[in-house]
Amino acid sequence: MVGVRLEQVCVALGEFRLGELTLEVAAGEYFVVLGPSGAGKTVLLETIAGIHRPCRGRIFIDGRDVTDLPPEKRGVGFVYQDSALFPHLNVFENVAFGLRLRGGRQVEEQVRAVSRLLDIEHLLLRRPERLSGGERQRVALARALVIAPRLLLLDEPLGALDPASRGALQRELAGLHGSLKTTIIHVTHDFEEAVALGERIAILQQGRVVQVGTPEEVFRRPNSEFVARFVGARNIFKGELRPAEDGYKVLSVGGIAIAVVTGLVGQVHGSLRPEDIIISREPFRSSVRNSFPGRITNIADRGSVIYVTVCLSEGPAPLELACAITRRSLEEMELREGEEVYIAFKASAVHVFPGA
Amino acid sequence: MRADVDRRILIVFAIPGALLVLFVAWPLLRVIITSSPALLWETLLDEEVRRSMLLTFAASLMATTIAFLGGVPLAYVLARRDFPAKWLVEGVVNLPVVVPHTAAGIALLMAFGRHTLPGQVLGLLGIRFVSAVPGIVAAMLFVSMSFLVNAAREGFEGVDPRLEYTARTLGASPWESFWRVSLPMAWRSIFSGAVMMWARGLSEFGAVVILAYHPMVTPVLLYERFESWGLRYAQPIAALLILMCLATFVVLRIIGHRDRRIW
Repeated sequence: MVGVRLEQVCVALGEFRLGELTLEVAAGEYFVVLGPSGAGKTVLLETIAGIHRPCRGRIFIDGRDVTDLPPEKRGVGFVYQDSALFPHLNVFENVAFGLRLRGGRQVEEQVRAVSRLLDIEHLLLRRPERLSGGERQRVALARALVIAPRLLLLDEPLGALDPASRGALQRELAGLHGSLKTTIIHVTHDFEEAVALGERIAILQQGRVVQVGTPEEVFRRPNSEFVARFVGARNIFKGELRPAEDGYKVLSVGGIAIAVVTGLVGQVHGSLRPEDIIISREPFRSSVRNSFPGRITNIADRGSVIYVTVCLSEGPAPLELACAITRRSLEEMELREGEEVYIAFKASAVHVFPGA
Repeated sequence: MRADVDRRILIVFAIPGALLVLFVAWPLLRVIITSSPALLWETLLDEEVRRSMLLTFAASLMATTIAFLGGVPLAYVLARRDFPAKWLVEGVVNLPVVVPHTAAGIALLMAFGRHTLPGQVLGLLGIRFVSAVPGIVAAMLFVSMSFLVNAAREGFEGVDPRLEYTARTLGASPWESFWRVSLPMAWRSIFSGAVMMWARGLSEFGAVVILAYHPMVTPVLLYERFESWGLRYAQPIAALLILMCLATFVVLRIIGHRDRRIW
């Protein structure tokens, strides 16, 4: 089922132009829009919320054409990077704002329930200026969620937080999405955030969507130079960390044990630049901790660099790594698809970051 | 904001600054201290003085109310929208600050006087401008409305539009978002602008005296006593006027500093 559909939407806002955009987000999906600042991410969200009127195109939410509806009739929750809490109201009244407008009963009960969910019960009588960044974002989330929106729009919700509260709120977002099943569109310029949270990612460049796909697809097979440079053409994989000796840890990804260096524990993501992987026809004998046999599944020519995809494990979720080599290496080693090779990379080349 | 600045520059700068503050404070203080409490009390008992003060306060309050009703919506529009002749509207709003007030009085007389069309239409409704309270209100409104409009505008400009957007997504109509978010947030600015305007209206002489010498507002009464009886008779009224304004200012500053919530 479709949650949100944008059909050839164009927005003109002074000098800035967004679109034309066509985008589909499934109902219940956690969708991340990734792009550099100035790409139009906030304008995109505000347009979906109904704050800017598109000069062309249609917007559908849950199959209903909402293009002509004002924001208050769209049933959309919105959270800004800096929370945008009402400074003249305390936390309780901020959360209750939408309920009071509806003139609903049981305002108190509903506010308490959502506050328990977001662990802000002890803050209800405080003023917004006396909250930390993480607390503010949780209040803003509670305020948006209490009206039971069909769609939740998050504008860089983790952008203004320190690393610790960032990680905590990121897990909270993943948990909320898991339990509420609300469709979420989350915009960010941070690729780790996008990978950790997004079921699918759209890359936005100067008001246009240039690629849509799962994090693995986008990071491993960027379809343009812009995407490759912006996301850094990384190999992304998800696994579980286990302790090992000598200060290393082992990241277990579908039966493959990769040595990594990290202070994290549990479910994590790892990323590895294709340039950091070495390919050879013979098994390695070196100080490099990670060395695996594999089979070439794809060779993609990208001009000066050639991406060789090597599959390390068979099965339903194979671990495939893209390796970047020069044209000369490719010719010297006479690599072909289907051939057996060996790859190697340093433990420190694997960047480990928290998973959802 | 406090910052670490070299002491020498502070001392050098403090001298002319102190002289300027003294230049304002000393005459005000002198008017008050040279009037004995007995003389002030006697002046207060003067029926004519009391009536003029009441009139002045009420007329200025009336002018402020009218400016509030028209000026707050205008301020919101100016803060939120750009439109073709915006510079013109802004110019007109600020013009009364620079126009000589006697000239403003003449202009008002020519627009609302007995022999003008608006004057005659309003006359049919029983509203007379010349030598009447509406004339006083009009004069005060004309010369001091800029204070309220500009302060309200600054107040609205300080409200992040995204707070209004958020209110909208939470279910507020444009009206509700104005009443529940923009207005309460700009309230402090609007209120202090209204106080400024009211105080400015109290002290208006030039425009008022041209439209309505009678009934006499306190500044006109003060002028008349000075002209016909001299300094000795004008001074207690001046002292009283200054004290009243001072008292209102102190009270309003205190209210303004308290954390106000209207919702």
